[in-house]
Amino acid sequence: LGLALYAGSLCAASGAAFLYHDYCVIGAGPSGLQAAYFLQRAGRDYIVFERSHAPGSFFALYPRHRKLISINKQYTGKSNGEFNLRHDWNSLLSHDHQLLFRRYSRDFFPNADAMVRYLEDFASLLKLRVQYNTAIIHVTLERDEQAWNGHYFLLTDQDRQNYKCSSLLVATGTWVPNVVNFPGSEYVEGYETVSINPEDFAGQTVLILGRGNSAFETAENILGVTNFIHMVSRSRVRLSWATHYVGDLRAINNGLLDTYQLKSLDGLLEGDLEDLAIVKDEKGKLHITLRFYLENRNTSAGINSITLPQDELDNFATRAPYDRVIRCLGWKFDFSIYNRSLRMMPGKGNKKKYPQIKPSYESRGTRGLFVLGTASHSVDFRKSAGGFIHGFRYTTRAVHRLLENRHHGVPWPFTVYPITQLTNSIIKRVNEASGLYQMFSVLADIILLRENATAFEYLEEYPVGVLAELEVHTGRKAPSGLFVIIMEYGRNFSGADKDVFYYNRAVGEAQHAWQSNFLHPVIYYYKRLPTEHEMRLRPPDWPLPRPDAIHHIVEDFLTDWTAPNAHILPLRRFLENCLSTDLRNFFAESCFLFAFTRQKLPPFCQQGYARMQGLVGSEGLRRHAAEAGLLEDYALTDFSGNGPPDSHDGSQDQLLTDHAIPVRPLQHLVNAKDE
Amino acid sequence: MSAPKDGWVSSFSFLLFCASSIPTWGSASLLQELSPQEYFSSLQAGRASLAYFSHNVSPGAQPFLEQIGNSAEALQDYGISVVKVNCPKEDVSRYCGKENALRKAYLFRGNVLIREFPTDALFDVNSIVANVLFALLFNEVKYVETLADLQNIENTLKGRSNMVFAYVPATGTAEHRAVMEVAFVYGTVHQFVLTTEATLLKDTGNDEPDVSSARLLFCHCQQATDLAQPCRRTAMEQALTMLNIHRHLKLMGAPLVTEVAEDPEKVSTVHLQLGLPLVFILSQKETYEADKRTAEFVAWQLLGKAGVALLSRDLVDLNILLRSNVALKTPDEGVPIKYLVLEDTDEVITLVEDKNKVEQIQEDEEEEEDEEEKENNNQDIQDDQVVEAISRDKKRELPLEQILVLTEETFHSTLLDSAWTVVLFYASWEAVSLAVLRSYTEVADLLKGTQGVLLSRVNCWDWPGVCTKENVTQFPTIRIYEKGERSVMYNGMWGTEELTSFIMLSRVSCPLKLATIEEAEGYLRGEFPSELSSYHHTSVLGVFSTATSEAREAFKEAGNILSGHVTMGMYFEDDALALSRKYAVSPPALLLARSGGQSVEGITLSKQSAQDMVQMIRYELLEVFPEITVQNLPRYLELRKPFLILFSDGVIGQMESEEMLKLAKGRPWQAFVACWLNLKKTPVGRGVLKTYFATTPSLPVLVWVNLHAGGQVFKFPSEQAIAEMNILSWLEKLKAGLEIPSSTLSEEDWKPPLPAYDFLQMMETAVPELPPHTSHRRGDVPERCPPESPGGDTAVREEPSLETKAEKVGSPGRDLRGTAPRLAAREKQGKRHSEL
Repeated sequence: LGLALYAGSLCAASGAAFLYHDYCVIGAGPSGLQAAYFLQRAGRDYIVFERSHAPGSFFALYPRHRKLISINKQYTGKSNGEFNLRHDWNSLLSHDHQLLFRRYSRDFFPNADAMVRYLEDFASLLKLRVQYNTAIIHVTLERDEQAWNGHYFLLTDQDRQNYKCSSLLVATGTWVPNVVNFPGSEYVEGYETVSINPEDFAGQTVLILGRGNSAFETAENILGVTNFIHMVSRSRVRLSWATHYVGDLRAINNGLLDTYQLKSLDGLLEGDLEDLAIVKDEKGKLHITLRFYLENRNTSAGINSITLPQDELDNFATRAPYDRVIRCLGWKFDFSIYNRSLRMMPGKGNKKKYPQIKPSYESRGTRGLFVLGTASHSVDFRKSAGGFIHGFRYTTRAVHRLLENRHHGVPWPFTVYPITQLTNSIIKRVNEASGLYQMFSVLADIILLRENATAFEYLEEYPVGVLAELEVHTGRKAPSGLFVIIMEYGRNFSGADKDVFYYNRAVGEAQHAWQSNFLHPVIYYYKRLPTEHEMRLRPPDWPLPRPDAIHHIVEDFLTDWTAPNAHILPLRRFLENCLSTDLRNFFAESCFLFAFTRQKLPPFCQQGYARMQGLVGSEGLRRHAAEAGLLEDYALTDFSGNGPPDSHDGSQDQLLTDHAIPVRPLQHLVNAKDE
Repeated sequence: MSAPKDGWVSSFSFLLFCASSIPTWGSASLLQELSPQEYFSSLQAGRASLAYFSHNVSPGAQPFLEQIGNSAEALQDYGISVVKVNCPKEDVSRYCGKENALRKAYLFRGNVLIREFPTDALFDVNSIVANVLFALLFNEVKYVETLADLQNIENTLKGRSNMVFAYVPATGTAEHRAVMEVAFVYGTVHQFVLTTEATLLKDTGNDEPDVSSARLLFCHCQQATDLAQPCRRTAMEQALTMLNIHRHLKLMGAPLVTEVAEDPEKVSTVHLQLGLPLVFILSQKETYEADKRTAEFVAWQLLGKAGVALLSRDLVDLNILLRSNVALKTPDEGVPIKYLVLEDTDEVITLVEDKNKVEQIQEDEEEEEDEEEKENNNQDIQDDQVVEAISRDKKRELPLEQILVLTEETFHSTLLDSAWTVVLFYASWEAVSLAVLRSYTEVADLLKGTQGVLLSRVNCWDWPGVCTKENVTQFPTIRIYEKGERSVMYNGMWGTEELTSFIMLSRVSCPLKLATIEEAEGYLRGEFPSELSSYHHTSVLGVFSTATSEAREAFKEAGNILSGHVTMGMYFEDDALALSRKYAVSPPALLLARSGGQSVEGITLSKQSAQDMVQMIRYELLEVFPEITVQNLPRYLELRKPFLILFSDGVIGQMESEEMLKLAKGRPWQAFVACWLNLKKTPVGRGVLKTYFATTPSLPVLVWVNLHAGGQVFKFPSEQAIAEMNILSWLEKLKAGLEIPSSTLSEEDWKPPLPAYDFLQMMETAVPELPPHTSHRRGDVPERCPPESPGGDTAVREEPSLETKAEKVGSPGRDLRGTAPRLAAREKQGKRHSEL
């Protein structure tokens, strides 16, 4: 009865029936569908709201010129599906091989229509529960002690239908166009609506506001038919190949840089758009002036009384009048639908287009509200790929795993390995893992050592920003220390202005690996989990606080980190020294010798040979090992009759180290420097 | 350090020798007291003497007297006697008579008065020695006051002799004395010029001379050819002391560049003796002339600071890098020569001139050497026998044609194709799995043509999806799939024989249901099933009556677990009793047939669970007195008992074998593993013996090893025969602690064989702002202080600085607010079109 009363009062209070789901996802774009996929696979009660009639409505309109700048690599020479995802920036994650983007387009830079088709298929083939034509126009909270997060999320759609959810996943992207207001901004056309037919620009002089890929894409389209194009924005042009940030200007769109630098009339200018003013003359030409002048002028006077910069400075750069001014300033998150109680706050500075979230992608203002997809890019803005499909497909999975642990007691997926597999498990992941590679410095693999360090748990793609809360978020314990495996660029390598082609930019020697510049794996070792305090106090530019030890696997030209001497050996030494053990492999014969001559066995013999899984090895291999001085061939001393050992005092361990014959790597060849 | 010191001492004593080689007269008292008559009559031609005259004791002259007395010893070294002449009261002669004469000292050579000194010019030993020598060396040490005088002297010396030019702020100082003392020795070799005029110093090229301190320049006039040019000068940088000047002159006198054609370690020059480094310019025949010019150039730069030698590499066999071009030998003994690769001569000079730099370079070098040593310590050299063996074998093409490559697409369909599909899951970069792949090819070779068995492999680096689905978490993994349904994971030794046998045994169902008593008998003889007849194995036959179905089910389950490792048969027909009666067991029972049914052992089954049965069967399969091998040791290690091993070179003798078997069968202890080891078959046993006894003892040798408790090794006395009773009594003694162990096994842990690269430390060195672990430097940072916030702490502000710096420098028109006022101020505007 109480329950009925309660339910009754609930309905009465809001005046409408609620449709309840554990999870509500707003937006059926790539991240919303990605989240839906994981929820569906986990058998969760969820619904996706999409205001359009089909998924991916953003891609139905944008990019206006239809060329996606996310790469769709058909061939990598490898069959490893996980590895290939490193070079497939469009696919979402699923178990279905049909749903790989290369089956939808053969173009390296695919048409956006292919993305729309892909997302439609993704939603329908996987039977994701998407409620189309439902625009959520208001979100508010309802306090309830019983709720997962102490409150329910109440959503209202355009038809006043109400929905109630325990957890809200916001996957709305950033779709509200950024506009600037200045005198004369009414003459400015928006990227959203501007003509994409080059014919319409023939013989015109165009000013483009903005310096992002949309601005350059627009310029690229009309470059051949305009008189000239000028492009103005506050910031300098940042080239993605210099910054290693895919959101910066991609080479495919940079035709205007060419024509500018080759003095073919087009040009780039820097300036704050807020200070701009546009004046239209009688002929309909648009003149650039400064707000500064307009403020001082006599308002009653006509157009001719307005001071133009060229009146004072007769070689003022943009003194030529323009036919059109186009605004390509990007988009921002739609904050308008959230009730104040949700405290959805814009970020600070250049992140103000994104809502404030924690590194766990949970809103800073409201527990249980997670931001996915492009809108979650504040976590790694201008750093990694979290604002793009190839990045957020992994962060979405991470959020799903956090939720599974938090609400359903399903711990973060992990695999237990014996310690002998430590080097292998790391090498395997750094060579194929796509999540680590795309979401460098954001997602990390975690190795949790078990007591006595005889075994370890391997957790994949954990958000490194919440490392301190690892035990809470994953349901795993870190009693005996942990390794964090992450990919990094060299700290001072990337950036606008940096010459990324300087000589000796690549490091070839393993001993100088810490100076590697290109993306390479880095392994942090902590004897215990860092605290939140330590996380906050980490050095600038460091994804993690100071570890007890650190290892860099030297950058590799082929991103293939399987070289036995340059990659695996130094890694093994690092792991050995962290764990204070010997992680070498031994043939059964060596284990036999150790079994009879030492009270303890090295881990490889302990976990292999002693359990009847010794590596006998072929005759040829054992001979090679003997020739290398790493295995004594006692059969030889047998032939010599009395076989007195010359000077070895019997300890195989010493024998192993004393007799190693230097195998000098050809430093020049292993070095990827292109000098 | 001793070598340069010796050098010092010897050169110093040389100087003293020169000084004292002028014989002195009178040795009893250094300061003589004579009457005027005595004094003047004692004056010898060519001998100098310093005299002063006094009437007994005049109190005012007392301190002066003291100083004169003190200088007597110093002057004696130069053959100058010091005499106090006691004037009689009545004497009114030239020296004694006048009052003011008594306030002077007189320097005579022979009986010629050279100079008279007012006593106030002789205020201390330094001034006395300086002034006296100055007077005596009138010709050797020219005093100049003007630049013209100096230039005149210089010009006359050109092409003839070198000049030592000294500036002292005042005469009679210690520096003055030092110059004079050296001039006493070198006065005939070099022309000494002295001045007290600081202006002269200025003209010698010193811009800002410190006029308060003395300076000495060596002017190389002898080699000067151009009269218009001043002689090349080398300033002495040390303080003007006799030793320093002497040393400087010695260095100036040494050859500019020494040509060397011997091992640089053996080369010694005056520089090294004097505690200065020696720079070798490494030359080659082809570049000799240029190298020589370089060496001379460098030598001039380093004159007085280091020696320069030209070393011809063609003549000396140097074990150094070909690109090294400079070597540095320091005077310190035991410091090896550093070979360097330097870009230009400046580097050579800074190498020597900048002491810190030298040290730093040395440190660097040492570090490098350390690194090299570490390298020699094999840090970057593979010490993993498996990885190294694979690396060495990687060029060999493996005979893989017998092994089918499976992919994600073909995996499942292939499994259905044959009755048994063996799949090796491996990673092509992983050494252990590549080692197993090599054994696997041998297996494929052995099993070629075997019906119904397909060998295949999946490279998990290519097809991670298949491996994940098949739950392959480690490399390598071998699974045998039966008709694509059931699969068994191989968990035995990664060896050809073991794997082959496993595959063969897996083909027969385990346990095999035997239908007739004949089959059962044949099974025990190893003849049935026929496909296993060629495999030497122990057969386990479970005999069950119809009433023992529970035990039968457990046996079946045990069979599943042991499948591939053991052949198990099962007989539960009505006549099972006949079989059990024959072997004197009652069902449920096991019959163990070892080596082809030669002996059949019956065991009554008492344990009912499958796990217990597995344990029991495994235990029963162990031999009583096995030959221990690399392959079978783990089975016996599992028992965690001490080992009694008979090491034998070849098969053990009949007698020993029987005695040992008796001992083992008696199992009076039940607490040890009695076994033997054939060194011919298991040569690594020699390694074991070597560890135990340092040398291989005479064979056979019987050894007791407490493998799991204490690790003591005892050797059965070789003089005793290996007989059961002897051994038993020996074991008793061991137990009683009466025997001394031959050795004890190391209980050391397995530590990292070598250190890792310490990148953290390298980063700290290079990036000092990396805070230490428990840093308080940034401890007071407000929580979540965004970088943009004004007044944020410095460390946080470093973050944006990189970005903003670039922008501020690179983009002047960053914001129009700044631009607008500047538009009015025209001077800068219009130049940059990137601004509005």
